[in-house]
Amino acid sequence: MPFPGVEVPHLCSQCQDYPCIEVCPVDALSKDEDTGAVITDRETCTSCGLCITACPGQVPYLHPKDNKAVICDLCGGEPKCVEVCTEAGYNALTIVNEGPSIHRKLYSRHPVETAKDLAVNMFGEKGEEVIE
Amino acid sequence: MTPGGYAEKWLEVDLGKQKIEEVVHSDKILRHYFGGRGLAAKVLWDKVGSKWAELDPLAPENPLIVYTGPMTGIYPGSRICVSGKSPVSMGTVGSTAATEFANEIKQAGYNGVTFVGKSDKPVYLLITDDGAELMDASHLWGLDGEKTLIKLNKEVTEELTKRKPDVGLWKEPGMIYIGPAGENLVRNAAVITKLCHAAGYGGYGSLMGSKNLKAVIAKGRGSLPEVDAPEAAKLLWKKTHEHLMARSNMRRVGTGYAGYSVGAETSSEPVRNWQEEWHDEKSYGGPMFETRFWVKKKWADFNCTTNCMKVSCIKTGPWKGDITDMPDYELQAYCGTNFGIFDPEANIHLSALADQLGHSGINGPNTAGFAVELHQRGILTDEDFGFTPKWGDTETFDKIMRMMAYREGIGDVLAEGTYRAAHLIAEMKGLKPEETLKYAVHVKGIEIGAHGTRSDADYTHDISYAASVQGGDHTSVAVDGYSDMSAAVFTDSAVFCNFTYYGVPQSLVFDFAKAITGFNITLHNWRSETGPRIVTLQKALLLLGGPDLKWKPIKDDDNPPRFYEPLPSGPYKGKTTDHDLVDTKLQSYFETLGWDNRGIPTKETLKKLDLAELEKSMAKLR
Repeated sequence: MPFPGVEVPHLCSQCQDYPCIEVCPVDALSKDEDTGAVITDRETCTSCGLCITACPGQVPYLHPKDNKAVICDLCGGEPKCVEVCTEAGYNALTIVNEGPSIHRKLYSRHPVETAKDLAVNMFGEKGEEVIE
Repeated sequence: MTPGGYAEKWLEVDLGKQKIEEVVHSDKILRHYFGGRGLAAKVLWDKVGSKWAELDPLAPENPLIVYTGPMTGIYPGSRICVSGKSPVSMGTVGSTAATEFANEIKQAGYNGVTFVGKSDKPVYLLITDDGAELMDASHLWGLDGEKTLIKLNKEVTEELTKRKPDVGLWKEPGMIYIGPAGENLVRNAAVITKLCHAAGYGGYGSLMGSKNLKAVIAKGRGSLPEVDAPEAAKLLWKKTHEHLMARSNMRRVGTGYAGYSVGAETSSEPVRNWQEEWHDEKSYGGPMFETRFWVKKKWADFNCTTNCMKVSCIKTGPWKGDITDMPDYELQAYCGTNFGIFDPEANIHLSALADQLGHSGINGPNTAGFAVELHQRGILTDEDFGFTPKWGDTETFDKIMRMMAYREGIGDVLAEGTYRAAHLIAEMKGLKPEETLKYAVHVKGIEIGAHGTRSDADYTHDISYAASVQGGDHTSVAVDGYSDMSAAVFTDSAVFCNFTYYGVPQSLVFDFAKAITGFNITLHNWRSETGPRIVTLQKALLLLGGPDLKWKPIKDDDNPPRFYEPLPSGPYKGKTTDHDLVDTKLQSYFETLGWDNRGIPTKETLKKLDLAELEKSMAKLR
C-alpha cells in the first residue's frame, strides 16, 4: 500500500460481467448460481495468471502451495471471516443483503487506489503528498 | 521439532562478516526462559559471559537481540521484544513494541534474530520465507522515521512483487527501524516500528545504530507456528477475546484521556521535570484531542482486541502533516506536561517529532526537561543552549530534541541520557555530581515513565522503580511478593502486550500458555521459578555493570532524590515517598527472590534456579 497504516481488504466483489470467467482459456472458473461467487476448479486451472490481469481489482492470486488461482468463494454462502468476526465480538464484518441499485463493479478497484483515497481522507493534504 | 508456538529456527547475523546462520535453542532453555526478555538475557549471558563487566554496550561485540515469544501472534496483541546489553543501564531490558513485524517474522519461519558485529556500511536485513539477506541501506541513512518507513515499504514491496509476481498483492511488510537519534548513538534512542510505535526503554536504538543497522524487515507468507493443543487454544482464544472485548473504554479512547486525569486525579504526572505532579488544565482533556485531531479510532495491531491505538493528525498550520498515535498517555505527559505544555496541538507536534527523530518519547524528553530545569536553576546558561529555553514553549523543546538527535551543541551532552548528562554537566560546571543528579529523574540510568510514586495514588509505589531490574521502566515495575513475576516478566517473555493481559484472568492466560507450548506451565511455577530465574539473571547482569558504570548494591536500589521531595501542589500536597517503607519493602523483595540483604542473589538461589554459572561473579560482589 502507498502509505503505511492504510490497509484495504482486498476481495472479489463479484462484478456482474465476470471478466475473470470470460478470460479463462480452460474454463476453470465458474459462477456459483446461489452466491454469485467465482469458483475455481483446481484440477483444470493451468496457473496461466490471465484472471489476475483481467480483474480490475487484481484480486485473484496463485496459491503459494499448489500455484492455482485463488478467488474468495464466500465459503458457500456462510463466510468463515464473518463468523469469526462475530464470534470475537467485533461485528465489523456482517452479511448485507444488497438493494437493486448496488453496482458491484464500482467496488472492483485496485486496492491501492482505494488506499490513496483513504489516505487523503485521513491525513488531508499530507495524504495527497505521500501518495505521489 | 520445536515446541508448540515456536517457529522452527532463530537467525544469527554477523554484520561484520556478513554471515547469516540459522540456529535452534534446546527445549530445556525454552522451558527455562520461554522467549523474548527471558531468552534474550540467557542468550546474552551465554554469548558474553565472564566478559560482561568489560563489555562496552556500543562495541560491536554486544549482541542486539530481536525476539518474539511462543505466544506472539497467537495470544492477542503481538509485540516484538528488543534486547541486548543496555547502553543506558548496563544490564538488560526486554523492550517491547507492538508491531506486525512480530507475526511476519514468525510466519517467515523464524522466532527472532540476533545481530553481532558491526557492518562497515549501513544495511538492513530482509527476512522472507526464502531466508534472510542483508541489503544496502546507504540511501536510507540519515532519513527520519516517516521517510524511512515510506521508502522502505515501497522498495521492499516492489522487490517482493518482482520476485513473486503472481502471488497477489503484498500487505505492508513488518519492520523495525531507527531514526537519526539511533544513528547518532543517542544513548536512550528507541527502536521504532510502524509510524510511531517504539521499543523505547533500554536505549536499543543506539545499539542498532552502533551496528550500522538501519532496519529489519520481515514478510512471511506461511502460517503461524502450530500450537500444542489446537482445540484448547481455540477455546481459550475465544474466552480471552470475550474478556478483552469487555474493556470497552480502553477500546474507545485508549490511554488518550489520561493526560488530564493522571495529573488531576492521581497527582502522579510529570510537570516541568517532575517539579510538580498535579495539574488541572482542562484544555488538556481527552475530548480536546479526540474531537479536533483523531483521524482514525481503530488501528489495532495484528490480532489485538484491546485496540487502544488512535491516530492523530494535524491537518493545517505550521505543523501540518504531523501524525502520531493519540498521543498515548506517556507522550501526553512527557512531550506535554513535563515541558509545561498543556496544548494538545503542540503535544501532538512534539510527540510526532520524537517519533520522527527516533527518540524514545519517554526517555529523550525526560532528558530535555532535565536540561531546562538545570537552566532554571542557573546551572546551564543561555550560552550553553544558544537561546533562552523556557517552560511551556514548544520551540524550546522542538530545538532541544533536534539538538539531541543530531548531537549539536549542548545536545551532544544530553544525548548521553539524563544520568550520564548529569555527570558530564557537573564536571563541565565544576560541581559535585549530587548537585545535578538531584534533578535527574531516573533509576539505574533509565529515565522514569510518567507515573510518580509520591502521591501513592497511581499503580506505582515505593519500590516500583527502585527494585526493578529494568530501572525506570513503567511497564515492568517491582512489587514486593511475587506478583510482578507473573505480569511484565511473563508478558515480555511470552511477548505479547500488557494491555491484552490485564483484564483477563491470570489462570486463563497461563492455561493458554500451556495449550500453546505444551510446557507444564502454571501461574504458580512461573511466579516461583521461571519468573524469578529471569529476574535473578537480569539482576546479576545489572550488578556486573559495564566498563564506565557500576551500580552499588542496595545503595542504587533507590528512587531519585526528587521522589523524596514533598509534592508542592494539588490534593496530595506535602505527600512524598516514604523512605523507611522503601527500605523495608526492598528487604522483603530481596527475601522473596532469595537475594541477600544487599540484593545480591545468594549461592543457594543461583543453584536452585539453575544459574550456578553466575556464582563466581556474584561471590566477588558479596
